Amino acid sequence: MKKTKFYQMHLNSNAKIVEFAGYLMPIQYSSIIAEHKAVRNSIGVFDVSHMGEIIVKGKEALKFVQNITTNDASKLSPGRVQYSAMCFDDGGIVDDLLVYKLSDDEFMLVVNASNIQKDFDWMNKNNKYDCILINESDDYSLLAVQGPNSKETLQKIFDVGLELEYYHFMRTEFAGVEMIISRTGYTGELGYELYFKGDENTAADLWQKLFDAGNEFGIQPVGLGARDTLRLEMGYCLYGNDIDATTNPLEAGLGWITKLNKGDFIGRDALQKIKENGLGKKLTALISNEKTFPRTGYELIFENKVVGKITSGTVSPILEKPIALAYVEKEYSTEGAELKLLIRGKEIPAFVTKLPFIKK
Amino acid sequence: MNIPAELKFTKDHEWIKLEGNVGTIGITDFAQGELGDVVFVDVDPKLSQITSGESFGTIEAVKTVSELYAPCNGKVVEVNSKLESEPQLVNSDPYGDGWIIKIELTDMNQLNELLSPEAYREQIS
Repeated sequence: MKKTKFYQMHLNSNAKIVEFAGYLMPIQYSSIIAEHKAVRNSIGVFDVSHMGEIIVKGKEALKFVQNITTNDASKLSPGRVQYSAMCFDDGGIVDDLLVYKLSDDEFMLVVNASNIQKDFDWMNKNNKYDCILINESDDYSLLAVQGPNSKETLQKIFDVGLELEYYHFMRTEFAGVEMIISRTGYTGELGYELYFKGDENTAADLWQKLFDAGNEFGIQPVGLGARDTLRLEMGYCLYGNDIDATTNPLEAGLGWITKLNKGDFIGRDALQKIKENGLGKKLTALISNEKTFPRTGYELIFENKVVGKITSGTVSPILEKPIALAYVEKEYSTEGAELKLLIRGKEIPAFVTKLPFIKK
Repeated sequence: MNIPAELKFTKDHEWIKLEGNVGTIGITDFAQGELGDVVFVDVDPKLSQITSGESFGTIEAVKTVSELYAPCNGKVVEVNSKLESEPQLVNSDPYGDGWIIKIELTDMNQLNELLSPEAYREQIS
């Protein structure tokens, strides 16, 4: 079992540790709801060092990235980030990822922890370009600092100005260690993600300085539990729940990162056909006023017929209502439609709504 | 881990406290810690009877849902209505204000089948 460079910090903060994607990770410290609210109201810090970082380097790095991802990476200039996906030939999703353009011939692809080896194999199998792929996942630590007070807090410990637009990044250093700071995150709040290759001492130093700087705002460490409720309130997809090899980006609501006209890429022909034939199901947001909470796998009913299945569900800590994402047959997925959630034999009314659940 | 000496326990992490022939039932400190933030305790307010080993309701936490199992047979005398508006009492005071249901025991002998505090501590360690 792997440990991140912040492992001791988690133990010091009384984290409840679980195994996730081969790592011992904090699922919660104080309480999921308290941590969730810290991120929405002030500032929270997540160790997400288990995420994968794969470097693409070489003359044809852009061609490689264009071929293997669905979004148009040619739109990126150095210092910019793009949300994207990789598909199989049939349009099923290999993974969703962030594409960092480091320089004209170098990219960093940030992938889900549980998919690192699968993704790296897939990339290598499809690398017919003049570029090399390096899996640096074990070297990189990644700390996400999220919430309305994140900028003010980080600014106290970095000399450089953190004037970053959304999905832009800068390179700087911390205690002599190179660091990438990007204005990205998985929470819907103002937030930053810090990538660096450093040892436990660098990690401990960064953690300590960050918590000292954020003390006045009530900074909290945040575990994977609240990471999930935060992303779900925004309607962000989670690989393994809402997207996987059996779903495609179009039905997952990721048409906006699927650029069918950018030129050829893996899965393009299949996705083009899917688009022409029309979608059968759609990833749909549901909200309920009851006090029974939808969970992954629960079915959705319309007039005694199963018309959908929950892929992610929870209680929204902010709305204090059940919220869920579900694949629903397209004709039942229009906004305002009432469906029934089948929960332990009971039918609970739920309504199709718009994302995000939380209006920012 | 808080495991009060005067209680009896089930292997499913419920506790029961006996006063006369009335038993108060809740979930243990260990159980609330494992569940995390409790957001809803679903016990039918009209429930009249519970049966040893059978589910008498569910407890919803942010990440998961768990059944509540009756430690013994009994006639329901009270369901904790405070939990409707303050389900988090199960987290903050699992052996006190976070109790879930009170019953009149119909078969005292069933208590002998439950776990002692020592046996319960062993189970969760």
